[in-house]
Amino acid sequence: METLITAFFNLGILRETAPYLWAGFKMSALLTLVVVPLGIAGGLAVALIARTAFRPLRWLVVFYVDFFRAFPPLVLLMFIAFGLPFTGLDLPAFVSVALAFFLNTSSYYGEIFRAGIESIPRGQFEAARSTGLGAAQTMAYVIVPQATRNVIPDLISNTLEVVKLTSIASVVALPELLYAARQAQSITYNATPIIAAGIIYLVCLWPLVRLLSRFEHRQIALH
Amino acid sequence: MILDVAGLHKSFGDLEVLKGIDLKVAERELVFVIGPSGSGKSTLLRCCNRLEEPTSGSIRVEGVDIMAPGVDINAVRRRIGMVFQSFNLYPHLNALGNVTLALRKVLKKAKAEADDIGMRALVRVGLGDKAKAYPNELSGGQQQRVAIARALALEPSIMLFDEPTSALDPELVGGVLAVMRQMRESGMTMVVVSHEMRFARGAADRVVFMDQGRVLEEGPPEKIFNEPEHARIKEFIASLNG
Repeated sequence: METLITAFFNLGILRETAPYLWAGFKMSALLTLVVVPLGIAGGLAVALIARTAFRPLRWLVVFYVDFFRAFPPLVLLMFIAFGLPFTGLDLPAFVSVALAFFLNTSSYYGEIFRAGIESIPRGQFEAARSTGLGAAQTMAYVIVPQATRNVIPDLISNTLEVVKLTSIASVVALPELLYAARQAQSITYNATPIIAAGIIYLVCLWPLVRLLSRFEHRQIALH
Repeated sequence: MILDVAGLHKSFGDLEVLKGIDLKVAERELVFVIGPSGSGKSTLLRCCNRLEEPTSGSIRVEGVDIMAPGVDINAVRRRIGMVFQSFNLYPHLNALGNVTLALRKVLKKAKAEADDIGMRALVRVGLGDKAKAYPNELSGGQQQRVAIARALALEPSIMLFDEPTSALDPELVGGVLAVMRQMRESGMTMVVVSHEMRFARGAADRVVFMDQGRVLEEGPPEKIFNEPEHARIKEFIASLNG
């Protein structure tokens, strides 16, 4: 028991490494604040393009979504960070991560929005169009607001996954929380920083998980 | 003529739903369209604002050929009010929001003006006190009246009603019909697809009987209801009363 505490819950080590962890936390938070809104915006765009009348564009979107959902994000990130420089495109680590996340998460968010839009009854489109609203206006003011509301639990759930996935940024040496924790671990030969990082994730994501389960209960109650 | 439909055909794949419909509706006229289900009544109505794309034929609204290439269909549609069987109110907006959306986004009116017009439309359908209520807080009859107000607010030159009372509990039908009667009295041009025969007898200028994608007979309500030329119509009306 004593060994466990010394090796995993060592307050002395925690105090020593706290500044590293704090810096890592800030990087993770920044990353989240960039990749989540980008992914959601991209996802909405993907869902809307998937509904255009122009077939080749629709096929392109289907391919895009399929490809980036099936392709491992870690490999995608490594390719962007280490492969693209050979083509002359040497992106900063943060931009590489943001790009990889955009490609990956916009396809996931896109599928969520698509399902949301498909859940809206045809009568809503017809009512809106019958009053003279154009196709884009109908989407913007009638369909998307309702569709978004219908898929909020899925959006939250996916966002939780995205936040946890930001830790793969460590492979391109972007000093996010888990990267900082592992650095601290290798310097101190002690796992406390890793545990601390885990607890930080837990504390930050807990409210989202609570929120999600509130939504899920409400949905069950509605049905 | 407000509405002039000529030789209208509509097919869904191999199924020909409309087989050459001619229909003229003059200003201030209330035309009732009846007929068995599957006779194409709703499709006819939905072709009139191109919610359904006609296969062939011509449709003129206020003299404008709405089938012409390059026609601004959104401009045409805001001159044609439409009321649906299932109301189709926007559930995320309150009653006033439902009524003012097109005023603001299509007619580009400022919020204050749109709200003003919207309130007057709601008062007209007897729901001035429900402006802030969301659709799920309203009864079916109230929702349908909000839907009527939504169409009325745009000051259309003609209103199309697609079975406006079919989804309502019997005790809620009266309120909707009262609003429609009042619209008729104020001179609105209306085409109504409905099974409310009592209303048709009392309010319609003309009744059009459709069967299997064709107009079988049309005329004043007394004629169609009391002494139609076709036995088919007699049967149909008897079946509704029985």
